[in-house]
Amino acid sequence: MQQAVLLPILIPLATAIAAIFARKQRRLQRLISLCGAAALLGAALLLLATVRRDGITTLQVGGWPAPFGITLVADLFSAMMVALAGLMGLSVVVFSLESADVAHEEVGYHPLLHILLLGVCGSFITGDLFNLYVWFEVMLIASFVLLALGGSRGEMEGAIKYVVLNLIASSFLLAAIGILYGVAGTLNMADLARYSRETPHSGLLTVLATLFLVAFGIKSAIFPLFFWLPASYHTAPVAISALFAGLLTKVGVYVLIRIFTLLFIQDLDYSHNLILTISGLTMITGVLGAVAQNEFRRILSFHIISQVGYMILGLGLYTPLALAGSIFYIIHHIIVKTNLFLISGVVLRLRGTLDLGRLGGLYREAPGLALLFLIPALSLAGLPPLSGFWAKLILVRAALEQQSYLVVVVALAVSILTLFSMTKIWGEAFWKESPAAGEGTPAPAARALSSGGRLLLLAPAVLLALLTVAIGLGAGPLFELSQEAAGQLLNPDGYIEAVLGQAP
Amino acid sequence: METLMAFVIGGLYAAGLYMMVRRSIVKMIFGLALLGNAANLLIFTMGRLVRGRPPLVPLGASEAPPPVADPLTQALILTAIVIGFGVQAFAMVLIKRVYDEVGTDDVDQMNTTDT
Repeated sequence: MQQAVLLPILIPLATAIAAIFARKQRRLQRLISLCGAAALLGAALLLLATVRRDGITTLQVGGWPAPFGITLVADLFSAMMVALAGLMGLSVVVFSLESADVAHEEVGYHPLLHILLLGVCGSFITGDLFNLYVWFEVMLIASFVLLALGGSRGEMEGAIKYVVLNLIASSFLLAAIGILYGVAGTLNMADLARYSRETPHSGLLTVLATLFLVAFGIKSAIFPLFFWLPASYHTAPVAISALFAGLLTKVGVYVLIRIFTLLFIQDLDYSHNLILTISGLTMITGVLGAVAQNEFRRILSFHIISQVGYMILGLGLYTPLALAGSIFYIIHHIIVKTNLFLISGVVLRLRGTLDLGRLGGLYREAPGLALLFLIPALSLAGLPPLSGFWAKLILVRAALEQQSYLVVVVALAVSILTLFSMTKIWGEAFWKESPAAGEGTPAPAARALSSGGRLLLLAPAVLLALLTVAIGLGAGPLFELSQEAAGQLLNPDGYIEAVLGQAP
Repeated sequence: METLMAFVIGGLYAAGLYMMVRRSIVKMIFGLALLGNAANLLIFTMGRLVRGRPPLVPLGASEAPPPVADPLTQALILTAIVIGFGVQAFAMVLIKRVYDEVGTDDVDQMNTTDT
């Protein structure tokens, strides 16, 4: 079943091409987009099942043996990430069937969405650093266009910041890859892992580790490189920002975890302590930024930053339990954060604004929606029995075992502040009375929702909320899966053997 | 030759970063182009600079007789140039649209959504 590795790349590519050809027929294009997203989820689950059964699955494209050919590798971690990408893709496509503007659809909304998924899946299953750069660019180009599609002033301002800062990151990444190739003579990740285990530690590798940390740090929005994120995510259409919030920064985190378990493990005192410090600062700055905000999606955007801090906390601790915690946290976060953004989209449809000062009375008007918001919001803050509680519990336990008490204090304090901002959204948007009409500027007219449209908007949110609850109630199997994935990450001999075909 | 290239690359990086911290978005795009070229030249130099010796493997041997330049880095640059070209073309169109929409090229004025 080696071909299962190829499917998550082929399906979005084929869907995007078919959707481009169907751009004149809106209904057909939507059908293609929906089928493609469903097929991607199916293929991703097939890949996960294959990896679970047969271990690390590799495919040498074109039959050239590694390290010379193009290598695709799926270990448990990447297979899980691909499965999540498929799930988020499907949720967002269903949501956009109702939320996307006709104007957006006519200029290529659906094809771009699938090209974005193509880049994300490609980044997850490539086994070569230069191919990783190429997949990142595929993903970035699609995200640039999606962000600027509307052409309004706000979107343009967000897009210019996003584009420029991400291109700087890309040029850092390219330079780092070039120097690494000059040093090691290979860019195949398994071959590089073997190289970094066989050669004595050198200062140049530490410099390279820092360069990679900066490049992927910008892309995953860690302290102090996160400024593009809160400046741009809230300007895009909601479905787009939900997909960005769920997936894009997490690709950066995925690569950080991948290269700092596979390549740069020679100077743990420097690199992983640096990551640990950064994770603490990321959590604090993100959550404090959120406290100061007064717009629904800007609060959520700042929380992405603080949550990225939790994810790389496990990488900084670098123990099996901590890495399992990081993986569990990423899964939890992608589901919950996409869900919160989707719900903000429903609020935008009902009220026509996301400014907390002008929202209100939603609990009285739509109690179901209020409940739907509360589940992921409390999960984000880490209240039991939801998935966020277990994710934070694992990380805190791992930190206690390493006696990093300071970071434990930070993690717990940040989760209280997260709860504070979630209750702020709850209080302002849902609980308080609707601001009296005629007072201040009137809200822009909200569009009416048909019952079919309501179903399309709410179905993905309900599904994701149920998933959060399900993970919370039955955390055991997922935790075991995360532990297994962390085991594969910490013991790369299996990875090297699967790619290069011989024991190192 | 390597020393000269090192200075050229360093100069390009310095000029690129200086352009990026300017407030005009046009200069930011120039800065991006310079940074991209600096990275490409860096990769080019990493593959050794050797003149007039094609990396051909003679019959019966398993590798080309040194010193030869590594052809793979040049293939990498080719890919990077193509990607850079596409990205910069997009960025040019974007700043044109931004200028149309905002009416200025000063980044400091682009703060209507930062509240």
